[in-house]
Amino acid sequence: MPDATSVTHFHANNGTALSLDVERRQGEFHLQASLTLPGKGVTALFGASGSGKTSLLRMIAGLDRPDSGTIRLGEKTLTDTRRGIQVPPHRRRLGVVFQEARLFPHYRVRGNLAYGLHPSMRSRVDAIVELLGIGHLLQRLPATLSGGEARRVAIGRALLTAPRLLLMDEPLTGLDGARKQELLHYIDQLARDIDIPIVYVSHDPHELTAIADHLVLLDQGQVRAEGRLDVLLNRFDLTEHLGGFDAASVIAARVEMHDIHYALTRLTLEDGQTLSVPRLDASPGQRLRLRIPVRDVALALTEPRDISYRNRLHAVIQRIEPLDGSRASVELGLSVSGQALRARLTRHALDEMGLDVGMPVVALIRSVAFETR
Amino acid sequence: MLTEAEWQAILISLRVAGTAVGGILVPGVALAWLMARHEFRGKALLDGIVHLPLVLPPVVVGYLLLISLGRQGWLGQWLDAWFGVTLPFTWQGAAVAAGVMAFPLLVRAVRLSLEAVDVKLEAAASTLGANRWRVFFTITLPLALPGLLTGTVLAFARALSEFGATITFASNIPGETRTLPLALYTLIQTPGAEAAAARLCVLSIIIAMLSLLVSEWLARLARRRLRERDSQR
Repeated sequence: MPDATSVTHFHANNGTALSLDVERRQGEFHLQASLTLPGKGVTALFGASGSGKTSLLRMIAGLDRPDSGTIRLGEKTLTDTRRGIQVPPHRRRLGVVFQEARLFPHYRVRGNLAYGLHPSMRSRVDAIVELLGIGHLLQRLPATLSGGEARRVAIGRALLTAPRLLLMDEPLTGLDGARKQELLHYIDQLARDIDIPIVYVSHDPHELTAIADHLVLLDQGQVRAEGRLDVLLNRFDLTEHLGGFDAASVIAARVEMHDIHYALTRLTLEDGQTLSVPRLDASPGQRLRLRIPVRDVALALTEPRDISYRNRLHAVIQRIEPLDGSRASVELGLSVSGQALRARLTRHALDEMGLDVGMPVVALIRSVAFETR
Repeated sequence: MLTEAEWQAILISLRVAGTAVGGILVPGVALAWLMARHEFRGKALLDGIVHLPLVLPPVVVGYLLLISLGRQGWLGQWLDAWFGVTLPFTWQGAAVAAGVMAFPLLVRAVRLSLEAVDVKLEAAASTLGANRWRVFFTITLPLALPGLLTGTVLAFARALSEFGATITFASNIPGETRTLPLALYTLIQTPGAEAAAARLCVLSIIIAMLSLLVSEWLARLARRRLRERDSQR
């Protein structure tokens, strides 16, 4: 992952980039968005319920039309209200994975997968079936599938249409924790294995940090912020939207080795500093993303000897800002190995320790705090 | 076992009802789909017109058919001039009368079952590249099949039992428009034909029961196809 301050490739000119400028009123609700989404990776449309993210997705898919505006995918105009263009959903070549899977109850899994099969995908059916782990379900009817299985079939069905863009509308809704984690893993695998940009609608900060590369933050029908995930996660003014109390930052690291005895995995940062996390299913050399909740980071002025925190990273304080809505706490922006890390302290601790911008500190991170991609 | 007149009445009845249902099936499903999936001006009015035969005295419907489709009627003259088709006093005319009377039942049943089909599935199909026709024939219609079967059988039964509009528009001509109900009516009017009337009455009951059984069987078949549990599980 490149360093956290560059945002250049977000708006890079790309053949399949999605650009839109739309406006739509629905009763009291007013949605107004102007965006260019990158032509690769996972872009999250993120916001509370009622923020307009699903409306936006439906307009992109062609299921709703904006009152005014344009939607373009690469060179192709999908919607242009002024010129009277509204390409119908079946000719947009966009894969859509809906919240409720929406499998056809009268077709078996095989029939569902074949429904929109594009000739160019015929040779890849087996690979996608295997990637999603649905090979043993092919003869089953949708009514007999579990929630997670149905979602995977729905993802496969959308992929086999050879879409130019995959739209996913909160595909983890209604799944329990373990199933959620499992499906996230499949989606993540997918995002890396296939070369199709994904637009992922979500309201869950955990899902966001787990799979998104880019982020569009929607709030009451307006785009509040857009950009690279790691950059936006470090914008203190967005804390309220991006997890609030449970806000987190992400940092990239490389797997160095596994410690079999203690069942730990050691990771290294760019500058050689190391971290230990409970053993991960990843091979040495692999790049990972770690989610570190702001409340799980403590600071020390010198490296402490008698403390149970195993992960100690040398960092420099970049910013100190008050936390909206809390007189007791402050947010700190740290720089660790060229990446941004956030910490939340009490104002009392800040003053007693005499912390200030530019000071070197040791960031103590609880091992169990890691969440990985 | 059956007399020639009885056979004749049965065959005419089946031919008239079969033609009537066959004729209204496609327009009925199309209209039901239009009403189930679209909002348009005059929808309530159209709905009312479709349901008129259900609430009007059948004789009134027959009379309306006579003045529009009769030899002197505006539509009848046109049919006669262009296609040489005359409907009054023919079995085709009886089929038209039966079809008009059965139409609202078909549209109602089909519309209800179409409305029960989740439009979200149709939207999903369209995002998978299916155009309207494909969505209709691969998603909407198969999922609405039980209702379509019920509607068809209902319409068929209604067409079989049609009396008032038929006798008004197509008259009661032996071997041409004398269906079972008309034959029964004729026997009731004839002194000393009580036994023959009773036979026709039993026949009518048997045919009605048979069509109900067939409809039940078909609907069960369709439902099983939809909800089939996987044997390989």
